[in-house]
Amino acid sequence: MSVFDRYEMVCGVETHVELATKTKIFCGCTTEFGGEQNTHVCPVCLGLPGVLPVLNREVVNLAIKAGLALNCEIAEFSKFDRKNYYYPDLPKNYQTSQYDLPICKNGWLMIETAEGQKKIGITRAHMEEDAGKLVHGGETITTSDESYVDYNRTGVPLLEIVSEPDMRSISEVLAYLEQLVQILEYTEVSDCRLEQGSVRFDINVSLRPRGSTELGIRTETKNLNSFSSVRRCMEYEIARQAEVLDAGEKVVQETRTWDEGRGITLSLRSKEEAHDYRYFPEPDLVPMVIDREWVEEIRKTLPELPAARRERLQILGLSAYDAEVITSSKGLADFFDKALRQCEDAKSLTNWVMGDFTRLLKANEVSVVDSPISPEQVAEMVNLIEKGTISGKIAKSVIEEMFATGKDASVIVKEKGLAQISDESALIKIIDEVIAANPASVEDYRAGKERAIGFLVGQVMKASKGQANPGLVNKLLKERLG
Amino acid sequence: MKISRKDVEHVALLARLELTEQEIEQYTEQLDSILEYAATLDRLDTENVEPTAHAVPLHNVLRADEVKSSIEREKALQNSPDAEEGFYRVPRIV
Ligand SMILES: [Zn+2]
Repeated sequence: MSVFDRYEMVCGVETHVELATKTKIFCGCTTEFGGEQNTHVCPVCLGLPGVLPVLNREVVNLAIKAGLALNCEIAEFSKFDRKNYYYPDLPKNYQTSQYDLPICKNGWLMIETAEGQKKIGITRAHMEEDAGKLVHGGETITTSDESYVDYNRTGVPLLEIVSEPDMRSISEVLAYLEQLVQILEYTEVSDCRLEQGSVRFDINVSLRPRGSTELGIRTETKNLNSFSSVRRCMEYEIARQAEVLDAGEKVVQETRTWDEGRGITLSLRSKEEAHDYRYFPEPDLVPMVIDREWVEEIRKTLPELPAARRERLQILGLSAYDAEVITSSKGLADFFDKALRQCEDAKSLTNWVMGDFTRLLKANEVSVVDSPISPEQVAEMVNLIEKGTISGKIAKSVIEEMFATGKDASVIVKEKGLAQISDESALIKIIDEVIAANPASVEDYRAGKERAIGFLVGQVMKASKGQANPGLVNKLLKERLG
Repeated sequence: MKISRKDVEHVALLARLELTEQEIEQYTEQLDSILEYAATLDRLDTENVEPTAHAVPLHNVLRADEVKSSIEREKALQNSPDAEEGFYRVPRIV
């Protein structure tokens, strides 16, 4: 019997996303990833006495942009607050964040589920600064003897996006995260480099008996940085909570940490004791008044969002699945759109982009933005197939060659003499040879065995080294065989 | 009393301060008189007054997103009690 026969899971997610600015939120230090430890720091982000933070305008712009893309209300008046806690990743002993007047609230996004579309509420999104990085002496956070601190990340701008507890299954959570990351990537609010930790998820999970409408006691597992960790962590946490409840005990409301190596969540209860943040307004920063003109200026810069893009592609004749794959990353969707401008057959283009093109990218370990061939080149190749200049089979070798050399399809076809033979007299010559060489199949066909024609077409293709136009061969063969 | 001994112990724990018995007594008294004094403000009628977010009548003080040079690492680390290989070193946490 599955856990889900007895319990319903309720999940909400807090997502911390690094905003795509050049500099930190309150100082001019670079946000560049991968610098040597403690080289991207200054008196402001180190919290030295006597310094004053100044807010980066681009942080506000990106927060508004994300809010609009997530259907949020943008506050007319917003301010920063101090969230106080004593931990070595914060040099100031407080994090500058937003408490009661966040910049965005009451939004939503739509996910696809097995039962159709489902709206997931976004409670709020607020701006804050990232903390530093602690490198632990021991193997995990709970076994270390000493910690080393790198403040390069301290002050990197984040947007914390808080969802409503609207998700009821792991697949709904993953669909929400995928949608959210896609929207943030499309709007260029963030680079969304999950492997660099630029998006992190805190997962709140609780169980309640099926049929109950009351919320169960939840745990929050912090700092997950990949979809697969989220899935594994949730599987573990659901099973753990179910075991506690089955035994008639109560789940402890607490913060937990995910141990990737062991595949388990661990209690951080001792830190919980200090869960009293004593928020108060940040006296070093003046409030923001966001007039509607500012908001409308930013609305104008919003690109077509993934959902709208999927819809447009489906109107062009793509299946729901194909539209999903093409729009899964902004890079691929942009590539497809550029190619589509020069290509008439959307369906055929889709097959080539999702098929051989994607396969070659993977085989060569290059991302679509670094593709050695341009969208226009792929479009030209597809057009050559549609015009009958090359067959689909020949095109497979042409695209390989394009990938290796960067040459245009038409150049390769010309250089290698790959153009399809559509000249009837040339084809008839080959067809007559094949008919003469295969009397048995000719007999079969004439005796009514339709399938024999397939064999004969194959022989003609072979004799022409794949260059004969198959449709034309079929037609001519039937004529010659009477 | 505006503040209890328990409050002082709690705040001290949050601030990672170790207080002696005598200090707890002393601070409870002192903090209480401070809060007592601040409570004078409670006498004002603030029924129709908007909450003040900031004492200075300014808003939207913003800067351009332009990189400025950071400080040298030696300088960043020079006032720290303990450092190693370019990192600040701190006692075991949790
Ligand atoms: Zn700085």
